[in-house]
Amino acid sequence: MAKDMIEIRWHGRGGQGAKTAALLLGEAAINAGKYVQAFPEYGPERMGAPVASYDRISDKEIFIHSPVIAPDTVLVLDETLIDSVDVCQGLPEDTGVLVVNTPFNKEEVAVRLKWKGKKLYTIDASRIAQASFGKPIPNTPMIGALIGITNLMPIDAFIEDTKKKLEKKFKSKPEVIEGNLKAIKTAYEEVKKQ
Amino acid sequence: MEKTIVAKTGNEAMAEAMRQINPDVCAAYPISPATEILQIFAGFVHDGKVKTNLIAVESEHSAMSASMGSAAAGARTMTATSSQGLMLMHEVLFIAAGMRLPIVMADVNRAVSAPINIHCDHSDTMAQVNSGWIQIFSENSQEAYDTMIQAVRIAEHKDVMLPTMVTTDGFIISHGMERLEMYPDAEVTKFIGDYKGPYNVLDIKNPITAGSIVLTDYYLEFRKANRVAMANAKQVILDVGREFGKVFGREYGLIDTYKCEDADFIVVCMGSTAGTTKSVVDELRAEGVKAGLLKIRVYRPFPAQEIAAALGKAKAVAVLDRAESLSNQAGPVATEIKSGLFDAGVRVPFASYIYGLGGREIFKEDIRKVYTDLKNLAEGKAVIETAKYIGLKE
Repeated sequence: MAKDMIEIRWHGRGGQGAKTAALLLGEAAINAGKYVQAFPEYGPERMGAPVASYDRISDKEIFIHSPVIAPDTVLVLDETLIDSVDVCQGLPEDTGVLVVNTPFNKEEVAVRLKWKGKKLYTIDASRIAQASFGKPIPNTPMIGALIGITNLMPIDAFIEDTKKKLEKKFKSKPEVIEGNLKAIKTAYEEVKKQ
Repeated sequence: MEKTIVAKTGNEAMAEAMRQINPDVCAAYPISPATEILQIFAGFVHDGKVKTNLIAVESEHSAMSASMGSAAAGARTMTATSSQGLMLMHEVLFIAAGMRLPIVMADVNRAVSAPINIHCDHSDTMAQVNSGWIQIFSENSQEAYDTMIQAVRIAEHKDVMLPTMVTTDGFIISHGMERLEMYPDAEVTKFIGDYKGPYNVLDIKNPITAGSIVLTDYYLEFRKANRVAMANAKQVILDVGREFGKVFGREYGLIDTYKCEDADFIVVCMGSTAGTTKSVVDELRAEGVKAGLLKIRVYRPFPAQEIAAALGKAKAVAVLDRAESLSNQAGPVATEIKSGLFDAGVRVPFASYIYGLGGREIFKEDIRKVYTDLKNLAEGKAVIETAKYIGLKE
């Protein structure tokens, strides 16, 4: 039976925007006509501590309300996590997509992770964010990369949705809006080359 | 009707329902995981999006007391709480029901102490089942939003006049973002109608006494009146659910059966786990197993006859309880269902389970095992212990 639902896990550190990334992606997917669940893991969150969040995205109504244990895709917002957290847990080696925010290339990351899966992607999302809007917050470019890899939704739909959302939040800071949109696009294009 | 598709958590959905209901008074005290409902609603009050008089009280006992006072003075009144907050309200819940005050409350289901735990189970609501409140559980954010709107009509119906609590599963629903269809404010306003309370203690032209002492002379009759109101609530819930379906496109009943008509094996549960069970039923059906789900939506009044009728033809039935009664019997839901089956003269192989206490995860695999148990039970190959714990670390 073909899987009609995509399950995504985000790894980050408290304060890095792993929850926001899951919500941002989820809301964009809902606005693109999908059914979605987006939820963080609730534990003892502290700034800098490892955290996780999740998305379920489907064309059909989603009934399941269990935690995600076997994700199709894992995104790692902070590469220092890969030495201390088992970010590959439950990810199938043959089909699983793994995206790591890192300045290192994928061969180096694969060795550190002991990951043999073919669908490993690296993207320096923090650098892209720094260059685009002056802050190393990797979550929006990571979503750009995710869409580039998985074609989860049209990239223009995500950019348009993010623009609307940021326009509400950063009315007085148009550079933040433009910078984020640029970061999404850059990451999307960079990952397409891999 | 133009519906708006939005991304909302359960708490956001309930707060939006409260905004659209626009109660006269909201008296509340924050507690995790229900805090957000009040936080968002306080924002609506501050921004002038509602005309509600928000009373920030010093405890949940006071929150329910103030709610009672305002409802008795003829104001449409709402509040929200969870777990220990609901436990602290306990005494006043009975008084609100006895005085027939149609307060609507959101309760985000959470475990109760000790040990301290902030995650989901149904213990907080189960501790209030004899309080005289109507209790309606929600599977997801959409149901929570829809049910909050219906609850106003149910509670305030002249044949009912009972306080009503609408619940969601803590964190799983309260903090999980899902796709939500929202209805236009004006349509919700129209559906709920103007507030018609039972009485107004401040109406000096028609002075009345409410909540007075009644001893051996008429106390029994007061309790009977509450029983009649609770019995009436069944039909009112069905009528409101049907009307809601006509207006907004989603009909609601007392229970929700999923592929039960020809089912050999039926699992009964409440809240978010019903959704997970639905996906297991679909998988099992694809494998040729005649599996079904019975979701209890309304727990008070208890739809015993409807449940017995839906379970009567099954080869085996399992009830999953997300609360312990610590009675050394089955959990509270299973016990009530057994009682209803006895009255209906239904004898069916029956298994009871306890799961998810303190937020312990429940997976599809766990529920598949329950269906396997039922098959073995029906074939006489297994005896299932009463109140078997799912996912217990041993």
